[in-house]
Amino acid sequence: MKINVNGSSHELGDVDPGTPLLWILRDELNMTGTKYGCGKGLCGACTLHVDGQPKRACTLRVDQVGSGKVTTIEGLSKAGDHAVQEAWQAGCVPQCGFCQPGQIMTAAALLTENKQPDDEDIDNAMSGNICRCGTYTRIRQAIKDAAYAMRNPLKAGAKGGSHD
Amino acid sequence: MTSGTQAPQSVERRDFLKSMFASGALVIAAGVGADGLIQAQRANSSDQHQAENADAAGNGEAFRPNLWIAIHASGKIEIVAHRSEMGTGIRTSLPLVIADEMGADWADVTILQAIGDEDYGSQNTDGSRSVRRFFDIMRSAGATARILLCMVAARKWSAKVADCRTEDSFVIGPQAGQKLAFADLIEGAKVFDDLPASRITFKHPREWKYIGKETVRLYDLSDMLSGAGIYGADIKLDGMKTAVIWRTPTLRGEIESFDASEALKIPGVEKVIQLPSWHSLNPDAPAFLAWGGIAVIARNTWAALKGRDALKVKWKPGADESFSSHELMKEMTQTSQADGTLVRQDGDFAEAMKSATSSHEATYTVPFLAHASMEPPVAVARVSDGQCEVWAPTQNPQAAQQTLQQVLQIEDAEKIVVNVTLLGGGFGRKSKPDFIVEAALVSKMLGGTPVRVQWTREDDIRFDYYHTASAEHLKAGLDAKGKPQAWLQRSVFPAIGSTFSSMAVQGSGMELGLGFSDIPLDVPNIRCEVGKAKAPARIGWLRSVCHVFHAFAECSFTDELAHKAGRDPYEFLRELIGEPRIVDLSGVEKAFAYPNHGEPLEKFPVDTGRLRRALDTVAKQAGWGRALPKGRGLGIAVHRSFLSYVACCVEVEVERSGKVIIHRSDIVIDAGLVVNPDRVRAQIEGACVFGASLALYGDISMSNGSVDQGNFNDYQMTRMFDAPREVYATIIEAPDHPPAGVGEPGVPPYAPALCNAIFAATGKRVRELPLSKHDLSW
Repeated sequence: MKINVNGSSHELGDVDPGTPLLWILRDELNMTGTKYGCGKGLCGACTLHVDGQPKRACTLRVDQVGSGKVTTIEGLSKAGDHAVQEAWQAGCVPQCGFCQPGQIMTAAALLTENKQPDDEDIDNAMSGNICRCGTYTRIRQAIKDAAYAMRNPLKAGAKGGSHD
Repeated sequence: MTSGTQAPQSVERRDFLKSMFASGALVIAAGVGADGLIQAQRANSSDQHQAENADAAGNGEAFRPNLWIAIHASGKIEIVAHRSEMGTGIRTSLPLVIADEMGADWADVTILQAIGDEDYGSQNTDGSRSVRRFFDIMRSAGATARILLCMVAARKWSAKVADCRTEDSFVIGPQAGQKLAFADLIEGAKVFDDLPASRITFKHPREWKYIGKETVRLYDLSDMLSGAGIYGADIKLDGMKTAVIWRTPTLRGEIESFDASEALKIPGVEKVIQLPSWHSLNPDAPAFLAWGGIAVIARNTWAALKGRDALKVKWKPGADESFSSHELMKEMTQTSQADGTLVRQDGDFAEAMKSATSSHEATYTVPFLAHASMEPPVAVARVSDGQCEVWAPTQNPQAAQQTLQQVLQIEDAEKIVVNVTLLGGGFGRKSKPDFIVEAALVSKMLGGTPVRVQWTREDDIRFDYYHTASAEHLKAGLDAKGKPQAWLQRSVFPAIGSTFSSMAVQGSGMELGLGFSDIPLDVPNIRCEVGKAKAPARIGWLRSVCHVFHAFAECSFTDELAHKAGRDPYEFLRELIGEPRIVDLSGVEKAFAYPNHGEPLEKFPVDTGRLRRALDTVAKQAGWGRALPKGRGLGIAVHRSFLSYVACCVEVEVERSGKVIIHRSDIVIDAGLVVNPDRVRAQIEGACVFGASLALYGDISMSNGSVDQGNFNDYQMTRMFDAPREVYATIIEAPDHPPAGVGEPGVPPYAPALCNAIFAATGKRVRELPLSKHDLSW
């Protein structure tokens, strides 16, 4: 079986085809940015993209990935400089940081679909991702800041300044 | 150099540290820290760190003025973080104090995570005490390095040491152009091996560049955003296996037999072994021992999980078979209605009740709570040849080390190396090293194969050290104006001590000192009592511990009294706190001596002036008193904990259906001097969410001796859509007071402020948490 992760094809060899993608990434490919939090698709810590769509890696069988292009937090940007990551940086969003790869991947997928999400859009997109430290208000603001930066690429770098 | 250089060289590191803690001043230990630094590197093993580490390890090029600092010829400055990073930012905040005091450029700083080693002093990262206990020590460490570097430069320039200063990793002399990089001074500095405490001088706070400023970003920020941060489960050793453990659902359950044949058929499953139960090792109490059970060891996590599912286990529940938390809550509620053991007495409650115009009483309950940090417990261990090395997200590496010594019967602590990774949340759960012990036991039983023990979320929820359940009964005798003249409060809860000894059947002075025996209200007759309660569960401590239920009861009751008196709750509470004064705690019984979070009362008195200022600040900020439509309400609460003063005001909407929407939360903290304002705000912002979770949903119940919940579907957390929507966090400027706690104090006042707001919105008083049990429709 082969899967494509962050632009590279990986031959998986002898793995149980029913293995959740999460454990393939973590145990076989040594990509540990995608986190285990619940194993049941309830907390969002393992969120990644398959063909740009947010998916829960803990409940997604690896044999269902097929030719889908998997993007993990490690592959979201080359230098950690995706607009979402930059907004997270500027707002110093994380506390313990454990849920943040999942939060960032969900937010990045949201902003691909929706250039100017309002509070309800953010609630709907982000409520599958739990943050026990309680960084929700900073996540909400950072999403708005990232959306602003993405809509105004020339001003990007002038951090934040959301007028949403 | 003065005669100080002639100080004996043979003194042990720990003796230096002891004298340092005793005097608050630092004595220099020469050539120490290398082991710690080397080991520390393994936990955070980025390539860059490893390169630095090679330097630190072998050739002795670095200048190490003390345990915390190494300055390299390359200009790199290594600072040790000895406390655990679980989200408070402490891995940044303590090192920045060192950097500021020594005059280092933060850009030159690399942080090394310490292994567990008592030479660092306490590494037990809980109790909201990292900054308050180590601020002075960090300053001393930084100041020592600065002075030694200045001494070298001053000698070169024939200048006075006092006329030299440091900035951005340079020493700057009194004459124009006198400027030398730290790195160019380390050879000269290495000859010094002692600096008398009397020679240490500190920067004036107005010279600080990092302390109290917003100039330093979170050290681990970029790693956290790119997936590069190394948490417990991210450690991988050559040949490492993964184990998951089947545990008896009841605490004193026993495995009668098991059949692993199906499990062993699963590809990747390599071995199934039985671990000893804690009660086979110590029948009295579980303490930090591993639960015990059956470990399924596999090539990868998925095989281990499937193997565990395939086990066939015959077990019996043991003594806890009939235990029900519902029955316990009933019993505790009853206990709280009857006389208990006296904890504090001011005046005469019974006598004062006789002259009361009226009275009011209420009982409040809070159930067991689980920590549910986003990262479930996990640990990696390698145990062979009488040596043990573990990697774990632990809040308390020294407790892990000591417990491993005991369980593995390794006498020499230095043969047990505990590496600390980043923690995906802790909240007190990861102070307990039981999961680390499991990993070590499995590795040992495998003959030294490195192993990672991975807990599932269900394991985490079902085998926690729970925040204890409680019943609080309060009664007040009121004068004609409705102001209490007599005040009784009883606290009933299974004690933390029960985890360590079956003799502990009621709360200790430590637990009752958490917002109970120190009640700061201006009431002449106060009586505090404690009642007995026993529960067959591992009781632990969770963010803010007993403050959770003590504040919930006290701050709800004051609100009830205000409404009964027909008064504005804020104004009424303000009067109850009274004029600024230091609360007299001489009425606390000796058997329950008030611990004041381990600090002297002279340094950290219970100060109603600061309490009232916090209350006033939040009321003003939140616009207390503004008109709101029906179904909306404001609630307010204030509480001192961990030596800080936190007030909270919540604006809630309760829809006609009973759905609760938390529109706005204002929270203010007076934590004295603040090192890292952004992280302090982050902590109290997060505390609102943590408080909202426990108030709305927090409920661990037990039936037939086992826990009913298992994952986020039945043990819910607030999420983006139902968490406090807008949170305004403010730090009260109080730099003349010493630093106080930050991580926990935001939590206690939140639940009562929320419930008081719900009462204002609906007229419904919630005395039993969580809110999800109640019909709030109107």
